[in-house]
Amino acid sequence: MALADKPKDAHSIAESQLSKIIRVVFMIAFNAGALWFIYQAYSKGFYQIAILLGIIVVFFDVIFSLKKGYPFRWMAFGLAFMLVFVIYPIFFTLYIDFTNYGDGHLLTKEQALVQIENATYLPATGKSYDWTAFKSDNGEYALWLTDRSTGETFLAKPDEEIQATKPGDPGVGEADAKGVPQSIEGYTRLNTLLAAADKQLPNIKFGLAGEEGLSTVQVRSPNEAAELQIRYLYDKEADTLTDQETGRVYYDKEGIFTSTDGRTVQPGFRANIGWKNFINFFTSPALRGPIVRILIWNFIFPLISVVSTFALGVSIAIMYNEKDFPLKKLIRTLLLIPYTIPSVITILIWRGMLNSEFGVINRILNAVIGTAPRWTTEPIWAQIAVLIVNLWLGFPYMMLITSGALQSIPTDMYEAATIDGANSWQKFRSITLPLLLVAVGPLLIASYVFNFNNFGLIYLFIGGGPAIVGASTQAGHTDILISYIYKLAFESGGRGVQYGLASAISVVLFILVGAMTLFQYRFTNMWEEVSENA
Amino acid sequence: MPDNTVIKKSSIKKSRRWSVAIRLIVALLLIAFAIFPVLWMISASFDNSNSLATQSLIPANAGIANYKRLFNKDPNFSFGEIKYWQWLLNSIKVSGISTILSLSITTMAAFAFSRLRFKGRVSILKSILLIQAFPNLLSLVATFALVSNFGNIVSAIGLNTHAGLIMVYMGGSMGMNIWLMKGYLDTIPRAIDESGMLDGASPFEIFWHLLLPLLRPILFVVSILSFIGTYGDFLLARVLLNDSSKYTLMVGLQIFTAGQFDKKWGVFAAGALIGAVPIMLIYFFLQDQIVGGLTAGSVKG
Repeated sequence: MALADKPKDAHSIAESQLSKIIRVVFMIAFNAGALWFIYQAYSKGFYQIAILLGIIVVFFDVIFSLKKGYPFRWMAFGLAFMLVFVIYPIFFTLYIDFTNYGDGHLLTKEQALVQIENATYLPATGKSYDWTAFKSDNGEYALWLTDRSTGETFLAKPDEEIQATKPGDPGVGEADAKGVPQSIEGYTRLNTLLAAADKQLPNIKFGLAGEEGLSTVQVRSPNEAAELQIRYLYDKEADTLTDQETGRVYYDKEGIFTSTDGRTVQPGFRANIGWKNFINFFTSPALRGPIVRILIWNFIFPLISVVSTFALGVSIAIMYNEKDFPLKKLIRTLLLIPYTIPSVITILIWRGMLNSEFGVINRILNAVIGTAPRWTTEPIWAQIAVLIVNLWLGFPYMMLITSGALQSIPTDMYEAATIDGANSWQKFRSITLPLLLVAVGPLLIASYVFNFNNFGLIYLFIGGGPAIVGASTQAGHTDILISYIYKLAFESGGRGVQYGLASAISVVLFILVGAMTLFQYRFTNMWEEVSENA
Repeated sequence: MPDNTVIKKSSIKKSRRWSVAIRLIVALLLIAFAIFPVLWMISASFDNSNSLATQSLIPANAGIANYKRLFNKDPNFSFGEIKYWQWLLNSIKVSGISTILSLSITTMAAFAFSRLRFKGRVSILKSILLIQAFPNLLSLVATFALVSNFGNIVSAIGLNTHAGLIMVYMGGSMGMNIWLMKGYLDTIPRAIDESGMLDGASPFEIFWHLLLPLLRPILFVVSILSFIGTYGDFLLARVLLNDSSKYTLMVGLQIFTAGQFDKKWGVFAAGALIGAVPIMLIYFFLQDQIVGGLTAGSVKG
């Protein structure tokens, strides 16, 4: 009996004048804004984003103009946000794992070519000028140029088109004996000695480059300035760069233009390298070894965490389950405290408490038993420390969900078991535990998945350390895949960020986590429920 | 015979007393385990020596020096750029805006999924569920690249902006919140809608005047939980923000661990305590509602 089932549904109720106006105004505003953004994205070379936004604009326009689209208007923004920030990044991850995106290859090829084509050189011969320098009060330079062959005069400033100018023009003073103006408005003329000694001057490119027929001029010697030449010519057909100065030819080799004798042209760009990120895993032991270790730990760590927190949580729930247990409410409230503090904060507190040298835990251990483990430098102790902290963080949650589920177990089952002569342990084994597992099973899987990606704990507590010896990347003994990805992409420790490799590992993580979550859906019949509710 | 049962009863009573006593002792140990780090944080924050190495549970020279240092009121102490109030404000701003916008958008979407019938409804719901299997945390690098590209197009929504971070939070919360709100909407009887329809109300009027007031209590709890979740996020904020005046509180607290953590320990504890107390209070006031929300399937993030 949903609204739209009725013959007199939403659409047959005449849309009020006001809501029609609101709808039209919204559509105009949305289209204007989105099209402007798409234009910006397109003109700056972000074609993927332009297409993505284009899809959203078409979707919005269709559903807001057709009557049939009415239900979708309710969810338009929700779906748009999911498309841009969830679905697109998944596909983008799938794309960049086949590239060498990372340090040295950060730009797209188009962006890199724009930079490469901006490069110039000062030819040994070519158009040359006599020059006189001017400097403004705020340190900007201008050059007065006289073409040696034609005698034409120009005024050149950085990043502005070079203008043919004559002495006496507006803003330009009268000529002196050499034909150079005495003054230029806003600038002071530098005398020849001062100009020759100026260290900045030879590095400044005067004029505007890039457009057809325009070029920049640079000071070459105290009495000569020369026109700069575009250094590289890009041949689109052959996909090669030719150095105009040396004649050397560069070929696109995995995202960097490289000559046959091994020279390269910077910057590099993102290039498709096929399965190389994955193949590296099999061919490089220094890469594979640590990743296999991380993967194994990634499965063990959440398993022990879930089992230990569940065990403690259930024990507490059962121990203080009786209605008339003294101080029950107070005990529960105090035991809940670890759950109520943002975990970033408590993880950092534990980091201080488990500090090997100064931490309170080790000070106590040293005082009582005379020795204490080095939590941050010994791999096995680091792993144990992570598990202890996670037990502390996680048991109150398990206590909450299991004590809720305990209430729902009918008491007559226990009475029947008592009559049959079962002891407490048998009752727990054959009644409590199975029924609890059915009730909270999906939450346990969710908890496993959560800990499988528990970046906060691993990174904030110990940074994934201690480092694995001999690893070619920043890999540590407590690292899990997500923290390893983070380090590859954002904290390379001077080894260069590797977005491509990080994305390849993300894809592996996608598959693992996806499989686990789908398993959880099966467990809860969530999938079937959707179909039934239709 | 009668004697026997009396003995049995009294022995049961006796063993129960023992059992309660043992369990109380265990409770004491468990409570010590649970609250020790919190007590340690409180004591560290009031320990003027500001050092990890010399701190004891009852501070030897107690005072509020760490709080003065935290708010840059101590000329003798300087560590990087502590902008505590700014961080706290940023956190509240980012979490508040993304929670309100996300819940507004998702509640409307959930209304359509719960109350309207249209072609593609089930497929979209299933797709959302499927996509939720891949949390946007995993496409971290791509999200970073996306926001960085946004910044090259329009700098106001790029890296190091709160707008960019808010949009990423919103995008990530859509799927789950749509499902959550749809679940709550499904529990409201359809008879309410039908009475509205008989009066000629449009779907929007039914949503706004009839259903939303009924949803208000649960919306309140969900927004509190969503706010706390975003407030406590570290990873996305760490990746997307790089200017200390833009940091959220969790990112700001983390930078204390850089360099010599043990020399900034007390100041860190003071900041941690101020950041933790409001959230703790919310939890204790809303304890029962939150437990209800937990069993509905949300895991603390």
